[in-house]
Amino acid sequence: MAVTTYSGAEQYNFDIVKKFAVMSLIWAVVGMFVGVYIASELAWPFLNFDSPYFSFGRFRPVHTSAVIFGFGGSALFATSYYVVQRTCQTRLISDGMASFTFWGWQTIIVTAALSYVMGYSQGREYAEMEWPIDLLIEVVWVTYLILFVGTIMRRKQPHIYVANWFYLAFILATALLHTFNNLAMPVDLFSMKSYSLFAGTQDAMTQWWYGHNAVGFFLTAAFLGMMYYFVPKQAGRPIYSYRLSIVHFWALGFMYMWVGAHHLHWTALPDWTSSLAAAFSILLLMPSWGGMINGIMTLSGAWDKMRTDPIMRFMIVALSFYGMSTFEGPMMSLKEVNALSHYTDWTVGHVHSGALGWVAMISFGSLYHMIPKLWDTKMYSQKLIEWHFWLATIGIVLYIVAMWISGITQGLMWRSFDEFGNLQYSFAESVAAMMPFYAMRAIGGMFFLSGAVLMLFNSLMTIRQAKQENAVLEAKLAAKLARA
Amino acid sequence: MEWLMWFSKPENTKPVALIIFFVTFVGIVLYVYGSKNRSKRLETYRDIPFLDEQQGERLGDQKDTKDKQ
Repeated sequence: MAVTTYSGAEQYNFDIVKKFAVMSLIWAVVGMFVGVYIASELAWPFLNFDSPYFSFGRFRPVHTSAVIFGFGGSALFATSYYVVQRTCQTRLISDGMASFTFWGWQTIIVTAALSYVMGYSQGREYAEMEWPIDLLIEVVWVTYLILFVGTIMRRKQPHIYVANWFYLAFILATALLHTFNNLAMPVDLFSMKSYSLFAGTQDAMTQWWYGHNAVGFFLTAAFLGMMYYFVPKQAGRPIYSYRLSIVHFWALGFMYMWVGAHHLHWTALPDWTSSLAAAFSILLLMPSWGGMINGIMTLSGAWDKMRTDPIMRFMIVALSFYGMSTFEGPMMSLKEVNALSHYTDWTVGHVHSGALGWVAMISFGSLYHMIPKLWDTKMYSQKLIEWHFWLATIGIVLYIVAMWISGITQGLMWRSFDEFGNLQYSFAESVAAMMPFYAMRAIGGMFFLSGAVLMLFNSLMTIRQAKQENAVLEAKLAAKLARA
Repeated sequence: MEWLMWFSKPENTKPVALIIFFVTFVGIVLYVYGSKNRSKRLETYRDIPFLDEQQGERLGDQKDTKDKQ
């Protein structure tokens, strides 16, 4: 293995990492605020203000796009550029291309949000952007791929560290998923409206092939790349087993692509297709838990860090939620369980235990690790990191417990029959039964959002502090030179 | 070219794809765990994140107490 001494910003392009890191935090606050708002709309419907511009239907994709692509995507761009440079010990191949991915990606998030509020949507979950935005995504993403692969190709380190494998799988799979899921015919060259190339069941199948693999490769594989670099770095010890990480990578890659059809149990999709997807979902538990164990066991012999280091706590709690949601997912993919859980809030709770518990928590931990290094200082306040951790953890627990209760209640109410064989409850009765849990969920979201606001404040103060320290250092240097 | 038609039927290609993936995966597992020397070499790659380090970033030495002097 090649060993290179770190020589700071000249050796690497950290400017692009800084930009994406800051935008990631800003999108976290914006996206989570919209999330809290739409959760509050369900609990207190007057917040819709009888206006289409404030309606749940338009704001919901603003929330999902801002948190998944704005917060998660920017965090992935930031960390992948950081990790690939540091583990390959080389600079990104092009500063211009890196800058293009930044401005292109931010433009995508802003235009997507504006288009949703204006009422433009493809109606495809997590891919609501209409065709002009899809084309821009395609261009930005191919640039990202060229930049990432080019940097790996000119590495000084002969071996490609496993975190880069996960990042690369995420970039490749996302390119594939985005391209095929968004095949559509625009109504007119100057119209935002388009129609999918697929119809009926095939359309649903394509949608969920995309939907679940977006979870698998965007929200799982990529963040595992983050985990494989930042958990060892923060723990100060190498990953528990490198061999396990290789098996983890290939098993995850082989199995994820098969499981999308479990979103379409009990539909017009052929029965064998969704059964096969359920079988692969169960198999997927093994690599998922293998990865979780690999991450958690990295702390073996240094468990005291859980007590003393709030950043480590973010990461270990993230891995625990990863383990929990990758158990819950396969369980919900079983047809009998799915018959109860599908179309209910249980699904919403499951998604958020993964999104908040795993994706957001590992991102927070990684960003807390990376930000002081990027600006060459220490975090402004450790106390605020502690506060953030507890606010986020309490928020998640409130959220998912509320959704478990409301989801299972919904499922049971919808399948209840009276002695004459009629449905026992009307749909409206099941909605009324949800109200306390919708309020509880909104409060959970408020906790989580407050934590993200604290993080943004803490990070901005850290950057300000770094600038002040540099100014003092430069003044001292200038004084020394003047005296000499 | 009649034999090519065999590949056009999903009931043929799906099990073939499954067998190819499964055999490849078993091959990877055997490659990873099959030899002691290779295992030793693979495990040395664990240290890559630490080969490129800033001062004060060594094992077990966290960077949250930075001295700028």
